[in-house]
Amino acid sequence: MFIIKLVLKNALRHKLRTSLTILGVAIAVMSFGFMRTIVTAWSAGVQSSGENRMITRQAVSFIFPLPYSCLQQLQQVPGVTEVTYASWFGGVYKDAADFKNFFPRIAVDPETYFSIYPEFITPADQFAQFAKERNACIVGAKLAQEQGFKLGDIIPIEGDIYPGRWEFVVRGIYHGRDQSTDETQMFFHWDYLNERMHVESPGREGLVGWYVLSVRNAADMPRVAKEVDERYKNSRSATKTETEREFQQSFVSMSDAIISSLEAVSYIIIGIILLVLANTIVMAARERTKEYAVLRTLGFSSGHIAGLIAGESMLIASIGLVIGLALTFPLAMGFAKAFPTFFPVFNVETITIIIAVAVALGAGVAAALFPVARAVRMRIVDGLRSID
Amino acid sequence: MSQNGTMIRVEHVTKSYRRDSIEIPVLRDISIDVPAGEFLALMGPSGSGKTTLLNLIAGIDRPNAGNVLVNGTNIGALGESELAQWRARHVGFIFQFYNLLPVLTAFENVELPLLLTNLSRKEKREHVEAALHLVGLGERIHHYPKQLSGGQEQRVAIARAIVTDPTILVADEPTGDLDKVSAGEIMDLLDKLNKEFRKTIVMVTHDPRAAERAHKAMHLDKGELTN
Amino acid sequence: MKIPLAYTWRSLWTRRLTTLLTLGGIALVVFVFAAVLMLSNGVQQTMIDTGGEDNVIVLRRSANSELVSQIDRDAANLIRTDPGVATASDGTPVMSTEVVVIINLQRKDVNGMGNITVRGVSPEALALRPQVKIVRGQMFRTGSHEIILGTSIAARYSGTGIGEQIKFGDAMWTVVGHFTAEGTGFESEIWGDVEQLMPAFGRPVFSSLTFKLRGAGEYEAVKKRIESDPRTQYTELKREQVYYREQSQLMSDFIKILGLIVTIIFSVGAVIGAMITMYAAVANRTVEIGTLRALGFRRRSVLGAFMVESVVLALLGGAAGVALASLMSFVRIATVNFSTFSELAFGFTLSPGIVLSAMVFSLVMGFVGGFLPAVRAARMNILAALRSA
Repeated sequence: MFIIKLVLKNALRHKLRTSLTILGVAIAVMSFGFMRTIVTAWSAGVQSSGENRMITRQAVSFIFPLPYSCLQQLQQVPGVTEVTYASWFGGVYKDAADFKNFFPRIAVDPETYFSIYPEFITPADQFAQFAKERNACIVGAKLAQEQGFKLGDIIPIEGDIYPGRWEFVVRGIYHGRDQSTDETQMFFHWDYLNERMHVESPGREGLVGWYVLSVRNAADMPRVAKEVDERYKNSRSATKTETEREFQQSFVSMSDAIISSLEAVSYIIIGIILLVLANTIVMAARERTKEYAVLRTLGFSSGHIAGLIAGESMLIASIGLVIGLALTFPLAMGFAKAFPTFFPVFNVETITIIIAVAVALGAGVAAALFPVARAVRMRIVDGLRSID
Repeated sequence: MSQNGTMIRVEHVTKSYRRDSIEIPVLRDISIDVPAGEFLALMGPSGSGKTTLLNLIAGIDRPNAGNVLVNGTNIGALGESELAQWRARHVGFIFQFYNLLPVLTAFENVELPLLLTNLSRKEKREHVEAALHLVGLGERIHHYPKQLSGGQEQRVAIARAIVTDPTILVADEPTGDLDKVSAGEIMDLLDKLNKEFRKTIVMVTHDPRAAERAHKAMHLDKGELTN
Repeated sequence: MKIPLAYTWRSLWTRRLTTLLTLGGIALVVFVFAAVLMLSNGVQQTMIDTGGEDNVIVLRRSANSELVSQIDRDAANLIRTDPGVATASDGTPVMSTEVVVIINLQRKDVNGMGNITVRGVSPEALALRPQVKIVRGQMFRTGSHEIILGTSIAARYSGTGIGEQIKFGDAMWTVVGHFTAEGTGFESEIWGDVEQLMPAFGRPVFSSLTFKLRGAGEYEAVKKRIESDPRTQYTELKREQVYYREQSQLMSDFIKILGLIVTIIFSVGAVIGAMITMYAAVANRTVEIGTLRALGFRRRSVLGAFMVESVVLALLGGAAGVALASLMSFVRIATVNFSTFSELAFGFTLSPGIVLSAMVFSLVMGFVGGFLPAVRAARMNILAALRSA
């Protein structure tokens, strides 16, 4: 339509100003996308939670272990199809001050852990080798790439929770089934840990960090949680059972102050998009006050004028949006590389893109509101009289 | 064409402007009749209200009291968007400083009023070319205003004013910014539009030479007719 | 000939709306810049002030936090008798044997739990940490199941009032006091008698020891002595302030890096906004500029005038941003400290250095944003400018 042509021509009148505005919007959109990606990445763990999985841990806090003897009792709870267990090993790999050297090190039961967590996919031959060897381990593909681990490498860990020097042989590399699966973890045999405790610290053998329960029907989960916690309520190791999603969410909400701050910053960014855009559109509309009056003399309606102003605003916002989104991806990738194990899953989510689009287009409309109101309310004769 | 051959009737019109909290009267109880086909010049010192009267006739301002009828239509009774549509169909406006859109070519400027109609692309082009031909601008139609002289710009503006074949033409100091030769050419053009095409023209002017070309002149002073 | 400052003020005032919009943009950027620095500073202040100048903490070697450290009684007793440890007037060494665990408590504001550090301490703990002051109730009695907790915990978590009881380690613990700690990390902790807490948590060993140095210069000697003794060589000594600085390093680095990325991006946006405004100002005043030059003002005066305008705009925006940021001093944030995995409350701490950095930052933005447009103004041809009316 003709209005589009006029909008384009008007925008090109001041090429420098239009380009700068587009650049400003693009940068703001890029940082918005980036901020929101950090916020969503923080909750990535929640998204990767299994539908029918529950976590049972010590009620006081997760740093206290549970006895291995719970295993059989848990298996017998009605509705529970499978039970596995794990312990957080911790320890220090190389220089602890370099955060790149942090990755989760978890002692598991190979027979049952990976059937409850089918999203960790290891080639069958590698897994078989891992299962056979006492001090073997499997590592995530992303971790292997980061640290340069290859099959057969020995990973030396200086224990802290479990003191002493430990060595693990890489026998398998797993891939994540979904985009949200964490590929930065290392798993080894719980039996290996337990045996060494038997020798070095007998008081610490037969203890498990947490249990994972697989429940047949999601609807049974609240009942299962209640039953398990009731049973152990008055024992030495009172338990807290919750769905895996709730468990992950509780970690996320501990950092909610920071997450909220990041979200607040992303709203400020929206404000900046608006300011930069509004600044330009206000100026442009003011310069053309007389032209708008002439158009109205010719019979063009207020709607047409509004369309011209809003059209230019939307044009700049849209181009800025596209450029900004395009830049968000490399920025996100760069950040993920800098903090690999901090955010094991760092993807620009679709919802982020949708919100960014809505924000930019919304800003395009909002920036035009005041100039449109001014242009429409101005009487034709006043407009004709105005000097740029 | 209405009864008695009157094209424009201004009945007891009063208009004042508000500046801050002061009310400044510009037109006091003015009544005039302009027959169809007339070429009228409105003259008077600055502040006399002649441009205001022109604006009321053209439908770009409303009187505080009284009526303005053009070809039988009481334009004061029309709503904003109806008035806009009325202007597009019935009024051709010619400004002192041409007021062409700088980002559009001569052709596109003349085409502007046609965009409010339902004519096909071909029909629009024919109208534009005809109008430009009439004002004597065959070539240079794809030039931008800044590439044209003052006289040429005004011609483009006139072409724009006539392209929809409006009922009346209003001109506000059409020769005010032109040299003697160009001014003469523009007045020739207006003369032609009036004589050959029977357009009713109301023109505000300071220039006595321009006023000579009109049929009739009315004088205003401090908002009242002083003939 | 210099162009008067009044010209600058009035020019900015005439185009109020765009001036305000640009000012707003700069203020926002400076606000974020200052707030991030304040937050990072706040984390460090909290943690560093947590440590006492003459205090030394003893951990297991290569344990990077108390949570994963173990020190047995024999080692503790040996260290206690070291001559480098200060003694109180009655001859008892000023040393606290401590055990650190994390428990979950229910938050008051949202439906969720938080990780809280519980610290079992010796009676000497208060002497070691003079910033800790009991503001409500009283200190717990040694040998009892009484506990005191920091005011941050009292404010954020349920069941923490004086007289209320908290269950952990299969015993009930009665809250008998609330304490402040000048905003340091201890305000986010629960304290109890170490000898009661250890069996309750099934911990046969301490997590750490903290003692006061007898003489400030003796640190190196004491460290060497204890770390080389075969009975205590699995331990590592650190100045308490160094330890706590390390505990906050990750957090504050994260905040700083994230914040700086954000600020750099924002500042580019603000500079662009300033540039657009200044270009428009120049374009608008072409005739003025031509007139000034025709009157005899030199090119560099014109350049100067526009640079001044841009810088004034930026400094005003910067001042507004800093003023806004200073309001953040009233805000306290509590979140999980990545290193200790337990709750830490900290605030936004403004410092003269931050104010200075923020103002310099806005100055730079004004300079960069105004430079090219000012150059354009200065280079204008007088006749072309005058004729453009």
